[in-house]
Amino acid sequence: MTRAGPGTGSIRGRLMVLLLGGSAILALALFWVVQGFARQLAEESQDNILSASVTSILDAARIENGALVLDLPYSAFSMLANLHDDAVYYAIRADDTFLTGYDDLAAVPLPRADMPGFATRSFLDQDVRVVTAERALGPGGGQDSAPIRLSATLAQTRSGQEITLTRISRAAAAVGLGVFAGAAVLALAASRSAIAPLERLTLSVTRRGPQDLRPVTAPVPLEMVPLVAALNRFIGRLRGSLARSEDFIAEAAHRVRTPLATVRMQAEVTLQRVEREENRKSVREMIRAIDESSRAAGQLLDHAMVTFRADQLEETDLDLGAVTRDLTDRLRPTADLRDIALQARADDPVPIRGDAILVQNALRNVLDNAIKYAPEGSAVRITVTRQGEEGVVMLRDTGPGFPPDGMTRLRRRFQRGANVDGIVGSGLGLTIADEVMRAHGGTLDLRNNPDGGGACVSLRFPMA
Amino acid sequence: MRIPALSDGLIRALTLALTLACIIAAHPVQALDVEDRRRFGPDSAAQVLRILSTADTDVFAPVIRAFLIQEPDIAVDYIVASSGAVMAAMTKRPQDFDVVISSAMDLQTKLANDGFALSHRSATTETIPDWARWRDHLFAFTREPATLVLSRDAFRGLPLPRSRQDLIALLRQHPDRFHGRVGTYDLRASGLGYLFATQDARMSESYWRLTEIMGSLDAQLYCCSSAMIDAVARGDLAVAYNVLGSYARARPDADRYEIIQPQDFTTVMLRTALISRGTQAPQAAGRFLDHMLDIAWLGKTTEGYEFDRLSQTGPASGAHLRYIRLGPGLLVHLDRFKKDSFLRAWESAILQD
Repeated sequence: MTRAGPGTGSIRGRLMVLLLGGSAILALALFWVVQGFARQLAEESQDNILSASVTSILDAARIENGALVLDLPYSAFSMLANLHDDAVYYAIRADDTFLTGYDDLAAVPLPRADMPGFATRSFLDQDVRVVTAERALGPGGGQDSAPIRLSATLAQTRSGQEITLTRISRAAAAVGLGVFAGAAVLALAASRSAIAPLERLTLSVTRRGPQDLRPVTAPVPLEMVPLVAALNRFIGRLRGSLARSEDFIAEAAHRVRTPLATVRMQAEVTLQRVEREENRKSVREMIRAIDESSRAAGQLLDHAMVTFRADQLEETDLDLGAVTRDLTDRLRPTADLRDIALQARADDPVPIRGDAILVQNALRNVLDNAIKYAPEGSAVRITVTRQGEEGVVMLRDTGPGFPPDGMTRLRRRFQRGANVDGIVGSGLGLTIADEVMRAHGGTLDLRNNPDGGGACVSLRFPMA
Repeated sequence: MRIPALSDGLIRALTLALTLACIIAAHPVQALDVEDRRRFGPDSAAQVLRILSTADTDVFAPVIRAFLIQEPDIAVDYIVASSGAVMAAMTKRPQDFDVVISSAMDLQTKLANDGFALSHRSATTETIPDWARWRDHLFAFTREPATLVLSRDAFRGLPLPRSRQDLIALLRQHPDRFHGRVGTYDLRASGLGYLFATQDARMSESYWRLTEIMGSLDAQLYCCSSAMIDAVARGDLAVAYNVLGSYARARPDADRYEIIQPQDFTTVMLRTALISRGTQAPQAAGRFLDHMLDIAWLGKTTEGYEFDRLSQTGPASGAHLRYIRLGPGLLVHLDRFKKDSFLRAWESAILQD
């Protein structure tokens, strides 16, 4: 299993951080803006009421018989009564001389003679909003005296405003949180949707069989097209180089096998002629080695063929029983040489779809193995049955069986059991069978007979 | 113009003040013009709650006794003074008092407005409707409608007036019968009279018409409700205007007069309590306030309690009842200039020499 390079953080994580961070900043900004706006509005509305009140106080002042009359309108103060009962203070001065109210409530300097001045101050240990307005009234006293500058200062505590602001702040916080929560959900959805094609591609590449080197054709988003194109080019190169090496092996095997046949024939002839026992022995050794090489070359060829055809199966309707019977009949002469009985039994037709040449090849390799490893004079039992949705060919011999740790290892190329010394073999037989089974969507089961020794090999094909 | 009741009350107050001055000379309350003073609870009490009040000791004693049963470690020093004296004492020495109870809503509001009251919140105060409290400082515990008290003898043969308009018409039609027999507050001497008058004037122009007519009939001026009721009961007065109804009802000779709530509108005054900013015992003062309010609002049974209990519905309970609103509006008529001009207008209406 190849490992990927070191991870450099996840795209989804980065997206989430960016989107969530962005929406958090937006939510905070929203909170501040709403709160600031609300504060401004609340202050403005208090200022407006204070301003109206102080104006009504000034309007009610008049000169009567040369004397200043101050007649505080009831509404001037009652209009300041709000839900939270704020306290009210006032001071009225004429030409900076205190007349009535709270002497220590200082006037606010006016920005302009005809505009009220506002200030926020502390009065009697409370926060108060203060307004001062002025009005010229006159003339007072005699005919020639200057008009009176009447100044009214009004202050109101801000507890009602604070309560309103707290309420608005809470609402603003709730809105901000709501926006953030909504954005979080959207961010999750957005990052998921952005990542989805990548995951689909990963899944489709991961799910492929080990031999599947077809180019990726599933539609992908525009941004991923270059990546997939690069991937496909890479797969193409890999396929090319694999095909070349398989070709090379097949070619090599072929080239080796033909001369080997000639060499073996010559060796047989030589064996007939040689008299001395020690010479005959070494010739027999020679024939054995030639057999081994020839068999290995044959299997290499088989393997190359299986690899080639597995990519593009030529599937036809097959009866698994008939295929098995044919093969058993063909291998019976070989079995007879070792005095091994092949007992084949097939159920009613077991139809499958498959590449006839590959299926025969797989069966031949496992049957070959069984004949090879079974003790002389024993029997190999072959049964073809239906098991649910599978057609199963099961071969049982009474040989040494599989080494307990080698069930997986044996399927690999050139791997042989630890208990098979002295028997000719290339280590490709089970590999071939396994590849064929995979190409057909079936499985190759390797196990030992539960009752007494011997191997039990099952080829499980999906039923047609 | 005769002011018989005024001199009467003055002598009484003087003797009372003299006797009390000897008893409490050593106490900081000496600056205060005390009308009555009584101590409740054990001498050994760990804490003394000082209550400054305008309500008579006998009327308020049941509330204090019920409180002391709950709080055996507390004693109560109950000091009675006029509303003006209460105001003056509180603005000078707020640290000498823990709880202030007064019928002068305007002065109580000014105390709360000017920072002489302590904020108080409790489960009890939460149950009090908005119209009966102000700033968590001022709490109403009873109401007092301003009524007409009419002598039955004087009205024999006449329909009883149900409103100011009725009264104005009757006074106009029978000037001989009512001359010198109409009584009302001397606004220059009575804070309560001034409060009622300013509220009446704010509510309706009929107040001024009535005052004009009373002035033309040589109205008698009094310091307080009880003096007016006395005069009606004696037969000196035929009509007493803006009298506390509960005082009139409580008298044994109440059958000699009729108590009328004017149907055009009846001004309702609220007695209020607050905790002094200078209190030495804020916890105990808070508990006492809650105790008072529980009795007033939640109907906690108390033997001998004579105040009118309050209900949540308040102003909505009778169409003609006009509750005086707690709030900064009450400060307007306390303004020096405002008061001067109001009194000038009143004097010119009532004193028609």
